[in-house]
Amino acid sequence: MRRRKPYLLAVAGALVLAATACGADDSPSTAGSAGGSATRTITYWASNQGTSLENDKEVLKPELDRFTKETGITVNLEVVPWADLLNRILAATTSGKGPDVVNIGNTWSASLQATGAFVPWDDALLKTLGGKERFLGPSLAATGAPGQPPTAVPIYGMTYGLFYNKKMFKEAGIDKPPATWDELIADGKKLTKDGRWGLAVEGASVSENAHHAFIFGRQHGAELFDASGKPHFDSDQETKAIKQYLDLMAVHKIVNPSNAEYANGTEAVQDFVSGKAGMLMWQSIATQLKQAGWSEDDYGLAPIPLPGPSQGGEQVNAMVAGINLAVFKTAANKDGALKFARFMTSRQTQQNLNKAYGSLPTVTDAYDDPAFESETIKTFQQILSTTAAPLPQVAQESQFETLVGNAMNQLFADVASGKPVTEEAVKAKLTDADQQMGG
Amino acid sequence: MSTTSRPGAGRRPASPGGTPPPGGPRRGIAGRVPAWLRRAALPYLLILPAVLLELLVHLVPMVIGIGMSFLKLTQFFLRNWSAAPFAGLDNYRVAVDFDGAVGRSLLHSFLVTVAFTVLTVGLSWLLGIGGAVLMQGSFRGRALLRALFLVPYALPVYAGVITWSFLLQRDSGLVNHVLVDQLHLFGERPFWLIGSNSFVSLIVVCVWRSWPFAFLVLMAGLQNISGDLYEAAAIDGAGWGRRLRAVTLPMLRPVNQVLVLVLFLWTFNDFNTPYVLFGKSAPHEADLISIHIYQSSFVTWNFGSGSAMSVLLLLFLLLVTAVYLVATSGRRSDA
Repeated sequence: MRRRKPYLLAVAGALVLAATACGADDSPSTAGSAGGSATRTITYWASNQGTSLENDKEVLKPELDRFTKETGITVNLEVVPWADLLNRILAATTSGKGPDVVNIGNTWSASLQATGAFVPWDDALLKTLGGKERFLGPSLAATGAPGQPPTAVPIYGMTYGLFYNKKMFKEAGIDKPPATWDELIADGKKLTKDGRWGLAVEGASVSENAHHAFIFGRQHGAELFDASGKPHFDSDQETKAIKQYLDLMAVHKIVNPSNAEYANGTEAVQDFVSGKAGMLMWQSIATQLKQAGWSEDDYGLAPIPLPGPSQGGEQVNAMVAGINLAVFKTAANKDGALKFARFMTSRQTQQNLNKAYGSLPTVTDAYDDPAFESETIKTFQQILSTTAAPLPQVAQESQFETLVGNAMNQLFADVASGKPVTEEAVKAKLTDADQQMGG
Repeated sequence: MSTTSRPGAGRRPASPGGTPPPGGPRRGIAGRVPAWLRRAALPYLLILPAVLLELLVHLVPMVIGIGMSFLKLTQFFLRNWSAAPFAGLDNYRVAVDFDGAVGRSLLHSFLVTVAFTVLTVGLSWLLGIGGAVLMQGSFRGRALLRALFLVPYALPVYAGVITWSFLLQRDSGLVNHVLVDQLHLFGERPFWLIGSNSFVSLIVVCVWRSWPFAFLVLMAGLQNISGDLYEAAAIDGAGWGRRLRAVTLPMLRPVNQVLVLVLFLWTFNDFNTPYVLFGKSAPHEADLISIHIYQSSFVTWNFGSGSAMSVLLLLFLLLVTAVYLVATSGRRSDA
């Protein structure tokens, strides 16, 4: 018995090793696909902008072929789903083995800038793209911390708006989109009947939740980070803002409780285009609408209501969203990668791709195409240039998205299962998120 | 054959009389090592490649992980870990400070995981032993049933669990369709993927996935029990229940010892099932520790803190395993 103990400990150790190592192996970090070693290729990780990864490949292929024809450089394209993109970029940053060029959500700019993984776009480098002046102001503001050279260049401009189903509005006797929060709630109540709902939200999507926390926070006058960059999520204003968003489901009941399960970023859109919900606060959904066969006769786009004058917040109803393109410092073919950035910001490519995705070109000279004269695009453009604010460009921005977004997932889950969610409960969750930011 | 000319070579017992060693022109270290040592070293040399690989694959990442747990490793130092400031025991202090948000949620997650593991292992074992005992006697269709029972184990995790996540959706899932629309058991459609039911869902899916393994192992164990024992017990007038208690279970003890331990470790560390079922952010009620640690490191970009939690988890599992093995082996040798 006594002599067996060392052996037993060894067995115990081996089993634990095997088990924990298996656990570690299963973590979904994926090794970066090796960048092309030859100078004739570059590897490009694109974000998922279309209806599916396949759809993105179809949209991008003709453009990439044109790039190959012009420069002789082949592009290894991989479309990375949003759920994996940040992890993949972090893994590539850590290992130094990644693609040459990558799309990033522009809200991550400052966080990723802090890693120092990307080639900074100083004035000289920006000149090769036609200079700073060529780019849209708001989009360029979301490319990194102020005062530092952009960590990435904007390629698709986006922002939030309120999509509404014209047919459902007509049936409910509503003749124009809501302009105030009271109108939105009243319209939502009229639309909510017979298994249909006023509004669809992606209640378990961390990033959607975080974006709305930011937008409504600004409407209430909340500042997520103080002047020194310290997080301050649990202000009274932010608490009220999140409560207001949750109440659309909890109190006004214009949101289907099932939306609390929606996590992958497509289900709320699906509810809207399939007519299960009459309104949707979202960024561009051009490819989804096109696939469903919708035209501007079927849907409209209005700005999300601004806060009432008595509320004391800011006149903000959207965030500066969009996609930026970054070049890894470790790129195997940095020269080719910079050429690719020039190609992606060229007038022709900007027009083709933004047309396909229903997003806004980020360079001013691309707007002479009639496709950007549509009602939807003009409304988005108007919002982006007047009432959209960029998310705080601080290094901890992505942690804010994760922590506050997660807290809201749980709050939505509580609301959906009928638990009363008070302001104190919201505040407690935000305080937790605050503390988890650590020092 | 010049080796013999070297001084001292002739003194080796392996080459009496100064004749060259039978191995031919052997030089260097091998030539100078005494034969008894060479013979003794042989088995170790043979397993050396395996040991080195084991170190490389399992131990080195763990040692790096332990090292990381003492660093303040955030996004600022991802590209160059060596520049990350030394944090001492700070990461550990935060993890076990149960008054703070981080420690409190870690403790919650740990308790959820313990409850989840005990229930999952218990139910898997019960189903496994039940299935194995029922399949012991031969009957028509036994092979088919056995194969059917093993299907969940044979399916890729992702395929099996993602199907469950579709089944469990509130509006369009089959589970609610059956429970609510067909059987009218609930007035309102319950949620299975969020809220407190998510804990139940997680256990159901995990038991579904792991009981076939218990079944397989116990079935193999039963094959080794001699029929004579059952015959003798039957002659003594033991009924079915008595035979189970007096023959089957004691004879399965060594199998059970390993089975329960392995199931425990797998279940406690299970990452795939909750990740595929719930996505990145698990519901509070089903916040298993593997997902929790992943959240704490990868998602909030605080890899030092995540590593510290992993090390604590490793120590806990090591302790449980050692205590379990010592306790169960002790009882066996007393018996």
